[in-house]
Amino acid sequence: MAYILLRHRDIPDISAIDVYKKNGGFEAFKQVVTRLKPDEVTAIIKDSGLRGRGGAGFPTGQKWSFMDRNNWPHYVVANADESEPGTFKDREIMESNPFQFLEGVAITAYAVSAHDAYIYLRGEFWQVAHYLDKKITEMENAGFLGDRLFGLDSSLNIHTHLGAGAYICGEETALLESMEGKRGQPRIRPPFPPAFGLYGKPTVVNNVETLTNIPLIISKGAAWYKSMGTQDSAGVKVFSLSGRVKKPGNYELPFGKTFRQLIYDYGGGVIDDRPVKAIMAAGASSSLIVADKKALDTPMDYASVRTLGADLGSASVIVIDDTVNIDWVIKKTIHFFKHESCGKCTPCREGNYWMYHLIERICNGEGTKEDVALLRNVAMQMQNKCLCALGEFATMAVVTGIERFPADFNSRIVQMERQHD
Amino acid sequence: MSLAEKYPREVKQILTKYPPEQKRSAVMPLLYLAQTEEGFVNKEAMQDIAGLLELTTTELASIIGFYTLYHDKKEGKYRIQVCTDLPCALRGADKFLEELCNNLGIKVGETTSEGLVTIEAVKCLAGCDKAPLFQIQGDDGLEYHENMTVDKTLELINALKNSGKEMK
Repeated sequence: MAYILLRHRDIPDISAIDVYKKNGGFEAFKQVVTRLKPDEVTAIIKDSGLRGRGGAGFPTGQKWSFMDRNNWPHYVVANADESEPGTFKDREIMESNPFQFLEGVAITAYAVSAHDAYIYLRGEFWQVAHYLDKKITEMENAGFLGDRLFGLDSSLNIHTHLGAGAYICGEETALLESMEGKRGQPRIRPPFPPAFGLYGKPTVVNNVETLTNIPLIISKGAAWYKSMGTQDSAGVKVFSLSGRVKKPGNYELPFGKTFRQLIYDYGGGVIDDRPVKAIMAAGASSSLIVADKKALDTPMDYASVRTLGADLGSASVIVIDDTVNIDWVIKKTIHFFKHESCGKCTPCREGNYWMYHLIERICNGEGTKEDVALLRNVAMQMQNKCLCALGEFATMAVVTGIERFPADFNSRIVQMERQHD
Repeated sequence: MSLAEKYPREVKQILTKYPPEQKRSAVMPLLYLAQTEEGFVNKEAMQDIAGLLELTTTELASIIGFYTLYHDKKEGKYRIQVCTDLPCALRGADKFLEELCNNLGIKVGETTSEGLVTIEAVKCLAGCDKAPLFQIQGDDGLEYHENMTVDKTLELINALKNSGKEMK
């Protein structure tokens, strides 16, 4: 099957504007500006079943339709803050197929009647931002950005904006705060960005991969897009495969392939041919999935992964084999969230701090059964008490790790208790 | 010399990116500009930016402290920032970092004696399939180095040492 998002793998020079144009580039943008009303564009995206690829899976067209029409100007912000451990898809898209992404931004801006769009990139993507700046200039020179687009009254400018190292800025309201020149701390929602976004104006925030889907959906139609994937999860997804596999990398697949297919058919199987022990489907924010036969044969779509007590999220599949202890895994994830907690909500700020102390003790072989129970207790107390999802995410691996892999927590404790007997 | 005097073109370009009544948005690119030369934002630059954007230096300090890529004190000319998060650690990043430090005779967070490189452990860099990896934060932005070995890294450090750039 031809690539839809990672098209540079079929057409190596697609990052050159002439090559992109020769392969149908900017035709979709021209079509919407010259022939469609903004609402008609939104209707196509709604019909396609496209859902947000940043992790939440919210229907994209529906998000666009929430834009407040009594408050102007409107903004589009592309979320290129890609910082979830295990996720590295947006970077490949921007580095290798930049114009399709930028065209997606342009079409989105037309659909919500925005004349300025910003791309918020994590600070580490310094080189990507400079590369996109060049591509934006090329688009301006070719007449695809600026004033009087296609000889009509439409105008659009796209700007890049670099963050400076903060996972929380991937959360859309923290991202907007950061863009406004503040510390990146989430806002209380509602109001959501389509009502109160950048500078208090209606704003659509979409992930890079989401936006990159849009030009081809416009060109080929909603029915074409919907014909791929599953009923609940339409279309294709870039799965970032990492961890203990032979061939880690990005794999663009229709929704509905199984974990087994991803790990063995595409990822070449596990290093040293060990068995898979656990899967994290949504990066460090995942619930830990016990990799039994049922799990391995579960289709990777939003609804099916939920039946395993987990979420597909951004489809960042981290593979853990039987050489790895789960207490060490959650020590890594807690350390991440402790570092990345923005400090605004007490349960997240303090909870992560104490969870890290407990897991360190447990991993060092100095923990007791009570410590494991306390760790779980602290995690449970953090849930549903924070403004954004980070506080929640930090507890997923902890709670499911203790519940689903109890032996990994007991072994060292039992050893220690024997020493003390 | 103030930031606006030293980089008039860059400052103007940064300010025009955002609506004129929202100039506070320029704080992040201005902070990057301010740490170009020395690798950190010094007191004078903080006052310059505060003046340009009508902020207090306290507000600026809180922003510098919040984001990991801004620094308020001098470290090595180059910061080698190794990702040790879960996916990278599953592919040997912790061991890589330890061996690198042993070879350089420093601990994580420390700087080599001649002031060339500081070794840091950082959070996910979105390159999990190419671990071990690190970025180098230096005088010219950030640069990724992926699928690294300790030997390749030591060669790279040597090349930086011999790059002829004057050490401060």
